[in-house]
Amino acid sequence: MTELLNALLLQSGYNAALVAVSAAMLGIAAGSSGTFLFLRKRALLSDAVAHATLPGVGVAFIVMVMLGGEGRDLIGLLAGSAISAFAGLLAVEWITKHTRLAEDAAIGAVLSVFFGFGIVLLTIIQTMSSGKQAGLESFLLGSTAGMLFQDALVIAIGGTLAVVATYTFRRPMTLVAFDADFAAASGRNVERIDLAIMGLVMAVTVIGLKLVGLILIVAMLIIPSVAARFWTNHTNNLIWIAGAFGGVSAYVGTAISAAAPSIPTGPVIVLICFAIFAFSMMFAPNRGVVAALAARRIFQIRVHRRQGLLAIARDEAIHDGLTLKVLTRAGFIRPDGVPTAEGRTQAAKALRDEKRWEVARAMNRDVAVIGRYDGLTPIETVLTNDEIAEIDRRINARAPLGGAG
Amino acid sequence: MGADFVQLSLTPLLMGVLASVACALPGNFLILRRQALIGDAISHVVLPGIVVAFLLTGAISTWPMMLGAAGAAVAAVVMIEAIKRLGRIEPGAAMGVSFTTLFAFGVLLLEQSDTSTVHLDVEHALYGNLESLIWFAAEDWSSLADPAALANLPPELGRIAFVTLIIIAGLALFWRPLEISTFDEAYANSIGIPTGALSFGLVVAAAIAAVAAFDAVGSIIVIAMFICPPAAARLMTNRLDRQIAWSVVFAALSAILGYVFAGYGPLWFGAENAVSAAGMIATVSGVILGLACLFAPHRSRIAAPAEAGAQS
Repeated sequence: MTELLNALLLQSGYNAALVAVSAAMLGIAAGSSGTFLFLRKRALLSDAVAHATLPGVGVAFIVMVMLGGEGRDLIGLLAGSAISAFAGLLAVEWITKHTRLAEDAAIGAVLSVFFGFGIVLLTIIQTMSSGKQAGLESFLLGSTAGMLFQDALVIAIGGTLAVVATYTFRRPMTLVAFDADFAAASGRNVERIDLAIMGLVMAVTVIGLKLVGLILIVAMLIIPSVAARFWTNHTNNLIWIAGAFGGVSAYVGTAISAAAPSIPTGPVIVLICFAIFAFSMMFAPNRGVVAALAARRIFQIRVHRRQGLLAIARDEAIHDGLTLKVLTRAGFIRPDGVPTAEGRTQAAKALRDEKRWEVARAMNRDVAVIGRYDGLTPIETVLTNDEIAEIDRRINARAPLGGAG
Repeated sequence: MGADFVQLSLTPLLMGVLASVACALPGNFLILRRQALIGDAISHVVLPGIVVAFLLTGAISTWPMMLGAAGAAVAAVVMIEAIKRLGRIEPGAAMGVSFTTLFAFGVLLLEQSDTSTVHLDVEHALYGNLESLIWFAAEDWSSLADPAALANLPPELGRIAFVTLIIIAGLALFWRPLEISTFDEAYANSIGIPTGALSFGLVVAAAIAAVAAFDAVGSIIVIAMFICPPAAARLMTNRLDRQIAWSVVFAALSAILGYVFAGYGPLWFGAENAVSAAGMIATVSGVILGLACLFAPHRSRIAAPAEAGAQS
């Protein structure tokens, strides 16, 4: 436990601290840039981009070895992966645009074929004399164990740049992600902004390869923004809440993995992301499951209370169990079912309200106001005193004519 | 093409073809229903299913693992639906949340448990071990008629053959309702076809194919075969029966060419070692899809080729 605390407080060595900080930067970048993908309803495109990085890693390694280098230079490998990820992205766009295949088929085809080809390259590299110890498999699932100082630095700087880019371009990207047609109508170049979004996602994917691996970086792009969506309806807040979720899970995950080296970093980060998501889905105000259930229950009780009061006013017998319970608890009826004085008063009030609404709706005036009739809202909260007085006048005027009409 | 071929290559080739066909068949319907990525999700969650089955039974035995993987696939589908409905999240994102989480869980379990003594690791799960399916008992072609040698065929082959047969039978049995509900779900509902159950059944069939194929060829082939051959076939024709026939041809072609290229291709270039057969099969299927995208008669979205020609 103390080890975990040390890792969380950056006290377990300079290297570990740098890895944790760079992971946090990556998490913030992934969470915030993933928001645009999520809003654009293209979350799974990141899956294709991530899998498409693998052949680039392989080709870069082979090229670097052929040029006489060592082949394990992180920047070189990342550059290669960026190129092939971009090729994958273009392939998805091209298939969707020029053939009748839908985007999901294009995504699946690109991710499996690029990944398969990447595996072929990896097996070639394994047979190369310099490839035995290449450790390129670590790009599949990521690893922080034995990460070099320069590697951590690359991730930290890359993550910071991605966050800065997200901040700089957040307005046009939000506009396109939220309403592409409107963005096009207001003269924005939607295609280019889309490309910028994908470029950002690609950059985050490439930077995250070493840390969480290409299969799980998808989770860091998708889950934080989905979790953040439960907490806010404002796009701007969404971006930064998602960034915070991503940053926290990456930071804590790296710390856990540093304290207990047998626990792999990538999966822990993803599972923390998911825990945040699950908590958000259950307990977020307004959009959470618990809040929705509570709202439903409150509405149900209001309906039963109203219908019960109307039944009292009309001297009808009440049989429904929940209605009886609600009325008893409010003190409107005695346990034996006989209305109390307070119950009678409230019942008369409810009946009068119902009558007023009836007249108001018959008068068929402002739809915006009349449309708020749901059998629950007191008319006093919707109409002014003068209007209610007018309605009462009509009720009284109509009453003598009731027999004739 | 003598004794060596029968002993070393015949089983992997058959295995590759059967696995590819078993995945391509349900893939046709997934593509048409715009559920192609369900295949992606299923192949990711097979891993946690197998790991959990291993931890519960403590041994690498087939049926518990198949059950575990199928259970995980069903759990993933339920999880996706729950997130979609309870959280009001769009399907793509719900899928992304579910399968990455389950996959991460599988990797974590795998790394935490003591599986060093058995052949179970993430790499194996990803790209399988097609090349290792050697038919030791085979002498030459005459072994195909020799019951003693046949009894020593790798058990994976029998399983995948069985699963392929089940999928073909299911397809034949439910052909009509599947066809109708794929193209017009509302109409299918109105004439009393249980579309919900059918759709779930399709996912289960896909999961069974994935699990059986995964056993020997890893999850890359599974995803590639769910999507690439049916997608290429979709560009060849407008008729469902012909599309399925094309997809079977493409799947078998990918498996055979992929295996041959992986095994013999490097030799042609003077290298000594074979490359990953699973990866190569996926690559070939991608090349076929690429060619279909460029040249297939029904590739464009607008009209049939004759009409398109008349316009130009």
